[in-house]
Amino acid sequence: MKPLDPRLLRYARTTRAYLAVTVALGTLLAALVVAQATLLAHGITVVFLDGAGVTELTPTLLWLAAVVAGRAAVAWAQEVASARAAAGVKSELRRRLLAHLAALGPSTGTGAYATLVTRGLDALDAYFARYLPQLVLAALVPAVVLTRLLPADLVATATIALTLPLIPVFMALVGLHTEAANRRQFRLLSRLSHHFLDVVAGLPTLKVFGRARAQAGTIRRISGEQRRLTMRTLRTAFLSSLVLELLATLSVALVAVGIGLRLVSGNLDLATALLVLILAPEAYLPLRQVGANYHASAEGLAAAEQVFAVLDTPLPARGDQPAETGTIACHDVVVTYPDRAGPALHLSATIAPGEVVALTGPSGCGKSTALAVLLGFVTPDSGSVTVAGWTLSTMDLNAWRRQIAWVPQRPQLFADTVRGNVTLGTDATDEAVHRALTEAGAASFVAALPQGLDTPLSDDGSGLSAGQRQQVALARAFLRDTPIVLLDEPTANLDAGTAAGVMIAIRRLARGRTVVIAAHRPELIALADRVIALDAVPAGVR
Amino acid sequence: MSWLTLLRTASRPAVGGLLVAVLAGIGAAGAGVGLMATAAWLISRAALHPPVLHLMVAIVAVRAFGIGRGVLRYLERLVGHDAALRVLGELRVRLFTELDRLAPAGLTAFRRADLVQRLVSDVEAVLDMCTRVVLPYAVTVVVGAGSVALVGALVPIAGLTLAVGLLVVGAAVPLLQRAATGRADARLAPLRGELATGTVDLLHGLPDLVANGATRHYLDRLTEADRRLRRAEQRSAAAAGTAAAVTALATGLCVGIGLVAGAVAVRNGDLSGELLAVVVLTPLAMFEAAAGLPAAAQRFAGARTSLRRLAEVFTAPSPAPAPEQPAQVPDGPHTLRLEALTARWTADRTALRDVSLTLEPGRRMALVGPSGSGKSTVAALLVRWLDPVAGRVTLDGVDLRRLPGEEVRRIVGYLPEDAYLFDTTVEENLRIGRRDATLAELRDALAKVRLLDWADALPHGLATLVGEHGVRLSGGQRRRLALARALLADFRVLILDEPTEHLDDATAVALTRDLLAAAAGRTVLLITHRTDGLDDVDQVVALDAGRHVDVLTAVA
Repeated sequence: MKPLDPRLLRYARTTRAYLAVTVALGTLLAALVVAQATLLAHGITVVFLDGAGVTELTPTLLWLAAVVAGRAAVAWAQEVASARAAAGVKSELRRRLLAHLAALGPSTGTGAYATLVTRGLDALDAYFARYLPQLVLAALVPAVVLTRLLPADLVATATIALTLPLIPVFMALVGLHTEAANRRQFRLLSRLSHHFLDVVAGLPTLKVFGRARAQAGTIRRISGEQRRLTMRTLRTAFLSSLVLELLATLSVALVAVGIGLRLVSGNLDLATALLVLILAPEAYLPLRQVGANYHASAEGLAAAEQVFAVLDTPLPARGDQPAETGTIACHDVVVTYPDRAGPALHLSATIAPGEVVALTGPSGCGKSTALAVLLGFVTPDSGSVTVAGWTLSTMDLNAWRRQIAWVPQRPQLFADTVRGNVTLGTDATDEAVHRALTEAGAASFVAALPQGLDTPLSDDGSGLSAGQRQQVALARAFLRDTPIVLLDEPTANLDAGTAAGVMIAIRRLARGRTVVIAAHRPELIALADRVIALDAVPAGVR
Repeated sequence: MSWLTLLRTASRPAVGGLLVAVLAGIGAAGAGVGLMATAAWLISRAALHPPVLHLMVAIVAVRAFGIGRGVLRYLERLVGHDAALRVLGELRVRLFTELDRLAPAGLTAFRRADLVQRLVSDVEAVLDMCTRVVLPYAVTVVVGAGSVALVGALVPIAGLTLAVGLLVVGAAVPLLQRAATGRADARLAPLRGELATGTVDLLHGLPDLVANGATRHYLDRLTEADRRLRRAEQRSAAAAGTAAAVTALATGLCVGIGLVAGAVAVRNGDLSGELLAVVVLTPLAMFEAAAGLPAAAQRFAGARTSLRRLAEVFTAPSPAPAPEQPAQVPDGPHTLRLEALTARWTADRTALRDVSLTLEPGRRMALVGPSGSGKSTVAALLVRWLDPVAGRVTLDGVDLRRLPGEEVRRIVGYLPEDAYLFDTTVEENLRIGRRDATLAELRDALAKVRLLDWADALPHGLATLVGEHGVRLSGGQRRRLALARALLADFRVLILDEPTEHLDDATAVALTRDLLAAAAGRTVLLITHRTDGLDDVDQVVALDAGRHVDVLTAVA
């Protein structure tokens, strides 16, 4: 994994400004570190060797106070800059990701990205606050420190300059060696966590069969195994930090002993020696902290990587043929899904304008898929759909969908008012919304809601029953008033009484429109002029 | 049980390892501070040009510290992680034992969709607690006390300042940080919530939005929410820097005050000049060692929340406590009886009120009623997942509360509505029913539920993996496989809960018939909300709102 993904600079422009600020602050910090060391070395020397008192020390102390204040200010500014940058970058990535997912359309299984957008990206906070600044400091501080030490003491400078590059080299070598082991380890760990999760989730079942007690022993055994295997990996993985600590500390010790000996022989003055002693650990510190914050970086970058993977997915080609109306024909349409053996749909059919057609067949025969094909959500793997002789795939799908109202099995309710949930952002008068609700049979329950049309709804816990939810979706369809209506088992999850109410609205909606109904309830099938029976999917794993 | 007691009891088996890790950590951090202190004295002394021989001890010490720090730190991490993993294993077993005691009825009080997932990740927080909170704090406290003692012995005021400075970094800064985070979170939470809701709406409702041409409208709304959140986050950024600034100030002040106090002491003759560098530079190294404390404190808050949630599980009351003096398990044939029974899952909602019911040996009874009428509660009572609050359940006249739950479940089997399939092979899932079943018995069970042809057609036969929660199987196949497992276990009484839910009518009727045929010779209680396809049962009983029981059809 690269420490700084170039795509982060490309997709989140805030990163560039932040990097510039961080470099400026880092340089300032390095200069202050050097200044503080110089002042301390000077102060100790004059008190110790020249017998200076507090009065003579005052200028040094004032400068020291200024440097300390400066370091505090830089530390503050760095944190503020990283918090602001993280907020900006997350926002930029979120907006791009959501827009791209929306443009990719409903076929990509977008629900899985909700966690990434809301919580996953927060891992970037640590990346921007801890890792990136340390990375910059790891490059800047040693350079500035060595520049200061070079005129003071050549031997110490050379020792540090020679050992510093060894650290990343050795760490990379150890890292290369452990990376494969780490990956294996990670897979193992997630398998073990998964096993625990599986066993806990199935606990009621285990209890029924009297197997729960025995599982406690299994968990103990597996946890022990996990510990032994983890430790085997950690013994090597921690070697990188051993190398780092050993090189950093041992170099400081060697430098300290070296300057001590040269002091004895009179080749060096005390102020310089103290300066070297204070600055030597400072040169290694940022590198050590980069190592310590590696995990913060990994998690944040992994989240960003997921975002980039989506952003790098090319958008499907968009047709620009104006939408047509007329006979809809499916010519040998075949759809397959990658995780399923055999085709999910095989359909040849012609639907004339004004016709009411029912698609029937056992569950899993592709009724919903057929509707998804007509909506342009799913592109057939072979065969084609034509409207009045024009191929659907070359048509402007947005314009085509403007002629369609779709009522799914379980329509989504949005965190919006009843009105917003019916209009979905279109400008419609309250009168039109009321009319649509009345036709959908929803007027009475909406009127009974505490705030009427302004009652807030949400997808879960909105207090609407399954039937009422369906009626809101039907009201959407009535408001759209389109020539084509697609219904996907709209009464599947309703009990008989509720279903009867919804059926009345569906009959009203079907009047004078082209209607395709995915159905297995007899009353829905009875509504159709014609039935198209879909074959069962050939036997496979499913 | 408090989270602390939980942590203490769980870490008992690893206490030796933890102690070694703390000692190694003290050695490592001590070597870092010792290196600076000794080197400071070495250099000061060397400036007076003594014979090199007089410096030999210091030189050897500096080199030893230089090597010791890395090696001891390696040891600390290794031993610390090993101990933490032992604690993790112990905690997992303990948690599982508790969940076994409670599941599923005792967990309803804090059931949320993600309960299981959360508990499992909460357990892993103990790793953080051991290696990243307890270890660094224990080590820093000891080494900090040592440094304060060393500096204080030389210049008391400097020692006091160092003590105060360390307290600021280790205690005040974390508190400051927590207050700032708390304030920011309070301000940001509603905005984050709005964005999260909008995001979930957009991503889950994308088909609805695309079909209705409303994507742009919702995307614009979401962008607006995002912009508000970003602005608020950037406004609260100013507070984020305070902790870092205070840490830098505390470090600088300690070093500065050390220099002043040291200079005065040298002038007064209270301190030898060659020790001044020790007084000034030791705090520098000590603060470097303490720099990780604010981060450790932040982890502490998160890990404590997790452990507290776990502690709640340990204190939750048992829904069906084990009897102190178990009664003899009757031989059968078994009659199960609910007698004037009232039961509830949570304190605020009574699921069954004053219900009586008799399930006689060999009978097939259907229990019908709308959802929420308490049908599944009856099942939970019969397998002693739950004890009644009034009335009693008896097995051949023996109160179920006088029998251990495992003994009851050896006789009464239950196939719940959401029968669970484990993420393993078809065979392993079946063997949960009977560990030592022969292949012929497994095939026989599959044949009874009409899955044998399907199983034989599978790419790897019985060794085929069913996927997480049996995702690679259809709903009907999952039900049938779960039933085959229940048949293998050979329960004399079998409760089937909504076995045909979510299946289409034809499949449902066929499955019900197969189920009853396969369970021939056993007592069966079939729980369902459908009233059709019940021709094969002896008796249909209706339950209404947890209260009334109507016998709809008596025995023919």
